[in-house]
Amino acid sequence: MNPTLDKFLGGKQGAIGLAVLATLILVVFPLALDAFRLNMVGKYLTYAFVAVGLVLCWGYGGILSLGQGVFFGLGGYCMAMFLKLEASDPESTKIQSTPGIPDFMDWNQITELPMLWQPFHSFGFTLLAVIAVPVILALVIGVAMFKRRVGDVYFSIVTQAIALILTVLIIGQQGLTGGVNGITDLKTLMGWDIRDDSSKMILYFINAFLLFGCILIGRFILASKLGRLLMAMRDKEERVRFSGYDVASFKIFVFCVAAAFSAIGGAMFALQVGFMSPSFVGIVPSIEMVIFAAVGGRMSLLGAVYGALLVNYGKTYFSETFPELWLYLMGGLFIAVVMYFPNGLAGLWESHGRKWLGKLARKPAAPATPAPVAEAPVASSQPRELETTP
Amino acid sequence: MDSPTRFLPRRLALGAAALSLLAASVFSQMALADVNTTGLAVTDTEVTVGQLHSATGTMAISETGSIQAERLAIEQINASGGILGRQIKIIQEDGASDWPTFAEKAKKLLVGDKVAAVFGCWTSASRKAVLPVFEKENGLLYYPTFYEGLEQSKNVIYTGQEATQQILAGLDWIAKEKGAKTFYLIGSDYIWPRTSMKIARKHIENVLGGKVVGEEYYPLGNTQFGSLINKVKLKKPDVVFTAVVGGSNVAFYKQMKAAGVTSAKQNLLTLSVTEDELLGIGGENMDGFYASMKYFQSLDNPNNKAFVEAFKAKFGKDSVIGDVTQAAYLGPWLWKAAVEKAGSFDVDKVAAASPGIELTTAPEGYVKVHDNHHLWSKTRIGQVQKDGQFKVVFESGLIEPNPFPKGYQ
Amino acid sequence: MEWLSEFGAIAAMQGFNGLSVFCVLLLMALGLAIIFGQMGVINMAHGEFLTIGAYTTYVVSVLTEQYAPFFGPYYFFLAIVLSFFIAGAIGWLAEWAMISKLYQRPLDTLLATWGLSLVMQQAFRSIFGAREVSATLPEWLMGSWNPTEAIDIPRNGLFVMGLTVLMTGMIFLMLYRSRWGLQVRATVQNRVMSRAVGINTKKVDRMTFALGCGVAGVAGAAFTTIGSTGPTAGSLYIVDTFLVVVFGGASSLLGTIASAFSIAQAQSLMEFFMSGSMAKVFTLSAVILILMLRPQGLFSIKVRK
Repeated sequence: MNPTLDKFLGGKQGAIGLAVLATLILVVFPLALDAFRLNMVGKYLTYAFVAVGLVLCWGYGGILSLGQGVFFGLGGYCMAMFLKLEASDPESTKIQSTPGIPDFMDWNQITELPMLWQPFHSFGFTLLAVIAVPVILALVIGVAMFKRRVGDVYFSIVTQAIALILTVLIIGQQGLTGGVNGITDLKTLMGWDIRDDSSKMILYFINAFLLFGCILIGRFILASKLGRLLMAMRDKEERVRFSGYDVASFKIFVFCVAAAFSAIGGAMFALQVGFMSPSFVGIVPSIEMVIFAAVGGRMSLLGAVYGALLVNYGKTYFSETFPELWLYLMGGLFIAVVMYFPNGLAGLWESHGRKWLGKLARKPAAPATPAPVAEAPVASSQPRELETTP
Repeated sequence: MDSPTRFLPRRLALGAAALSLLAASVFSQMALADVNTTGLAVTDTEVTVGQLHSATGTMAISETGSIQAERLAIEQINASGGILGRQIKIIQEDGASDWPTFAEKAKKLLVGDKVAAVFGCWTSASRKAVLPVFEKENGLLYYPTFYEGLEQSKNVIYTGQEATQQILAGLDWIAKEKGAKTFYLIGSDYIWPRTSMKIARKHIENVLGGKVVGEEYYPLGNTQFGSLINKVKLKKPDVVFTAVVGGSNVAFYKQMKAAGVTSAKQNLLTLSVTEDELLGIGGENMDGFYASMKYFQSLDNPNNKAFVEAFKAKFGKDSVIGDVTQAAYLGPWLWKAAVEKAGSFDVDKVAAASPGIELTTAPEGYVKVHDNHHLWSKTRIGQVQKDGQFKVVFESGLIEPNPFPKGYQ
Repeated sequence: MEWLSEFGAIAAMQGFNGLSVFCVLLLMALGLAIIFGQMGVINMAHGEFLTIGAYTTYVVSVLTEQYAPFFGPYYFFLAIVLSFFIAGAIGWLAEWAMISKLYQRPLDTLLATWGLSLVMQQAFRSIFGAREVSATLPEWLMGSWNPTEAIDIPRNGLFVMGLTVLMTGMIFLMLYRSRWGLQVRATVQNRVMSRAVGINTKKVDRMTFALGCGVAGVAGAAFTTIGSTGPTAGSLYIVDTFLVVVFGGASSLLGTIASAFSIAQAQSLMEFFMSGSMAKVFTLSAVILILMLRPQGLFSIKVRK
């Protein structure tokens, strides 16, 4: 294998893990699930974008952002604005007092399309904005915080406050944003009905391919020198700084990458679910997204995808079957993962699953099957080897 | 009274006996193929409906009453012989106070379970989230909450009041009764309060010839109202007109009382405090203030007495019944009437049969479904009593629902 | 001239309002400041410990009404004391079972306590129901005090203020004048050395955490006079509280006081001139901007790391 390809795939084991996940998402799910359930899996996978981003910036970079919902939301809103404009053509909105503008603007006595919305008539601009708006915000936050060496916990709390501000802002400016109801009733993408089962299927595959793209980019970053520096920074930031590296710039970069991933997830969410609302921006969804990464394994890009799938499936399943128990379970799971399995599912696989599989393989004297789930570079059992002395 | 009809209001029980005879003789002959041509979950003995509310999350506080009321109504209908000779089976889904979950579960109920009707949703946001699903999959939703209007769908029957029904009569009454000329409008910051206040402002300025001296919105969940209360004191409006919801409600009225703004000095008319909210606020903190809506638990009529009795027998003597709870109770009964009129469970036929349906057994008295799928209803003004109940001080005539009011938009 | 005196009255009441918001913020933040500032632990379940206090008050109120109506006017004091001990005891348990295992991983305590807060919220819902409840306040806590005709000073505001001053004073005394406080401060500055000189740092941590939770319980009891009591009531306060502590500079009690004061005044003043939503956005944004310029917060103690 040539070295560049190797970097993307993460070695032989990485390639196999990727292949297993790809088979699951691209073959097993579409074959085994009906259109409705598949669409739900598609929705879960949009959260996986955020979780993959969190693995990069939290698991490897040590930056715990409690505001990833902000980027997910911004990406989603950009996409939703484009779709809403398309859904509000003068013909289908002719009962409004001002036809041709989104319905919620009409209800708020807005009589012409606000400046902010104008550029979203263009699909090209929208695609650009989906990535650019969140990344610029992440850049501003990152520069302001990391250049001034704002550390761990402070950063988490500030990002949480930003999530709160954005929620209050979106809800408060309802003429511009649809308020707490969000932007609803999205119908077509450039004339293509996104609500059909067949188009949902296509969107599911686009979503899946984008996700794998993000995973590969993540792998490339981790396999490069930057990845090693990130880990070094996380463990001994001062030493990396004294070695002459600009620690802040690396952090800003990885934070922006995570923001971009989240934004892509948000945009795909708006496309697949058909609406966007401030309830994906706030504090609670942002922390839930961290849960996905934590359960899957904060050090494993693939684990994050499994985490997002499993937690969301659990949420749907338990809230259908035992609604009362759901929060106990979710809370308990979270405590258990953080306390006892800090590397999540991927870590469990590393420490137990692989051994078990090896035993299983040896008994019938079959050739040892390599690990499907875990990432190659995961070795440490503790997420952070912190010194005991301050 | 240890019969299966124990929970039935007496009048209903009588009717039920007669009706089950009728049902046995007439409806059981209706073959499955005739009453269900669109593949809904209907068998010879059973019809499946969905219930979609938040049993968990922040909205569970409000939606619990609706869940209970719908269950009570369905139980009563079943005890009286069901619909077209079929017993109603409920599939309950939890929207978990999360709008995409609502959309997802709505789709599951309609596509996966093929339910004949859904009773559910509470907030505007959850209704907006499920509306495209109901329209696309051609389902039927009974929505119980008083809401902002500006909506009408052939797939939704709105059993609560739309904004003009709830607001205009209340404002007229307080302007006449208290000679009110100046109003201070206060709401939580989202679409229902904002739309309601918009309608209120137009009515005050254009019809009543009054003046709005302040209009304020606070984020949902805000608990500090000191500055606002001082502004109210500075402006000295004749009436404070409020639509504050959720946890903010409690903080708002407790702080009003503490700041000396009581009914002795200040008229206050609210759109958002029902008996449910009063439990949390405490009647003593709102004593003497007014609320404008279509139903109060204390309504004095035989229908309501029977309803309250049945509700308390089933859910405990301490349970309270607010406006939305009563509206939720109407849903299954309205659906039953429409299905029987249509002679079919098919959504299109039931929706078409709905306008004109009358309910004389409604706890609020009498309601009738309008062509626009909202209900004709009366608006009442209730005055808060210390014990957490309302004393009805005014009752309007039947008001026509008008979700797209001309001159108020 | 009448207009002027009225303006004066409003100004006085508005000033009091600012002070009252300040006390609320401070009371919420005190417990967190102890836990976060002294131990570096982020307790996302802080809001739920507040709620424990609120529900304790409710239960005491109901029991009093049923079994000892004559005790009615005074039950509130008992409720406050009970809130302190119940919240403190649960905090003690949480530290023993969870937090003590996570001291090496501060970000993970944040996540684990978030899980704890979910469990606690559902527990409240299972025990007390999803609906909000209301404790009956004693007569002397309701209504207002009128120094002049035009001025209404809320009595519950005065009460919260008094309680805040009392609690702050007690915590100051404990931290800076008691042996325990000395041990806490020593542990904060150098855990290993503290252990070496014979301080049982584990015990100190546990007591500190329990104390912080107890103070949250007291705050919760006090808040039943001004706010709502429901399963998720505590989560309404959590972000504001964190910002107060962070803005003040984590390990400084004085900083917490200063930051609560400035945030409260800014919020209260802006609310008077614009809508509540925008006031909130501006206040939070200002706090974040200042934090970006001065990441260590208003006050910071220089600790050799």
